[in-house]
Amino acid sequence: MDLPHHGYRETKPRARAAPTAGDSVLFEDTSSAAPAMNSQGYYTSGYNMGGPSNDMQGGGGMNNLFADPMANAAMMYGSSLANQGKDMVNKEISRFMSVNKLKYFFAVDTRYVLKKLMILMFPYTHQDWEVRYHRDTPLTPRQDVNASDLYIPTMAFITYILLAGMALGIQKRFSPEVLGLCASTALVWVIIEVLVMLLSLYLLTVHTDLSTFDLIAYSGYKYVGMIFTVLCGLLFGSDGYFVALAWSSFALMFFIVRSLKMKILPSLSSDSMGMGSNAKPQLRLYITVASALFQPIIIYWLTSHLVR
Amino acid sequence: MALKRNNMAFTLYSLIQTAILCTNAIAVLHEERFLSKIGWGVDQGVGGFGDDPGIKAQILNLIRSVRTVMRVPLIIVNSACIVLLLLFG
Repeated sequence: MDLPHHGYRETKPRARAAPTAGDSVLFEDTSSAAPAMNSQGYYTSGYNMGGPSNDMQGGGGMNNLFADPMANAAMMYGSSLANQGKDMVNKEISRFMSVNKLKYFFAVDTRYVLKKLMILMFPYTHQDWEVRYHRDTPLTPRQDVNASDLYIPTMAFITYILLAGMALGIQKRFSPEVLGLCASTALVWVIIEVLVMLLSLYLLTVHTDLSTFDLIAYSGYKYVGMIFTVLCGLLFGSDGYFVALAWSSFALMFFIVRSLKMKILPSLSSDSMGMGSNAKPQLRLYITVASALFQPIIIYWLTSHLVR
Repeated sequence: MALKRNNMAFTLYSLIQTAILCTNAIAVLHEERFLSKIGWGVDQGVGGFGDDPGIKAQILNLIRSVRTVMRVPLIIVNSACIVLLLLFG
């Protein structure tokens, strides 16, 4: 405790050496006395609450010791209550969605995020779109750049909301309700798209390993394109907006078609049940292409009002 | 919330309303009066026992399961909606 004080005192001018030396004696007294009392009070009262040895520790610490048993009891009760509440919340949430599966989607690192963003904006040079497995479980996004994650969509969604607020503020049309409205509109569109995809996958009995979270992730990747489009629209005006819209639409369409083709359409290596009906692969192709075509429409729908 | 935007402004409340209306619409389809008449009854769904049922079988399955599962919750939700709309307009 003494060393930092000495260091500070040396940098001060010499004229003030004497009073600071005098103050330091006072500071040292109280600072060295009080924490010692406090720490002793806490430690001993933690072990034996209200024992007779506590009273002999010193008269100055009586306030600490009186408050301590009650505070300790309250703290322990509160922490046990919090633990119970946490367990109950965990149990309820794990009935609806498995938290482990959710943790898989958030296991990302910087390298993955950068590569994925680059693939989203420029997917034409990416060669290998196959999702790698490791003994029947898909690899985490940290190890496989083709795996879908939920970190990028969540961050992109929040950034899009903030950017929408900023764009509306630039046009002097901002108010807090508009921000909430924009957020809920975008969220509703994501929910609608995920539900339509789930419905179409169920109706056509497409046996994929696309879970609901995967579909949410693929729906959320369009927000990266939206952010890029809105930024270009703000910086470069209406022409920049349409150029960026075209660019991010094509990139997103390519990305979605290549990614979903691996998962929905039957690949040559899987055991397809003979070439049953010709309608199946076509319908699956329709689903993939339709969901890809939906992206630029929704990008335009959700961003055109931000850029006039 | 009436706001001058050039696209529809959805709120989560409108999503809930849409969901309730769609589920009600599916639940209202009567089995023997309507669905059997147009060839969508439960006995007409299970056609081929191949590996994958067709689209029609899936749709019929979906309708039947929605009607079975959501009957009681829909009663509760509809009653709550009626009461709330009467009270608060």
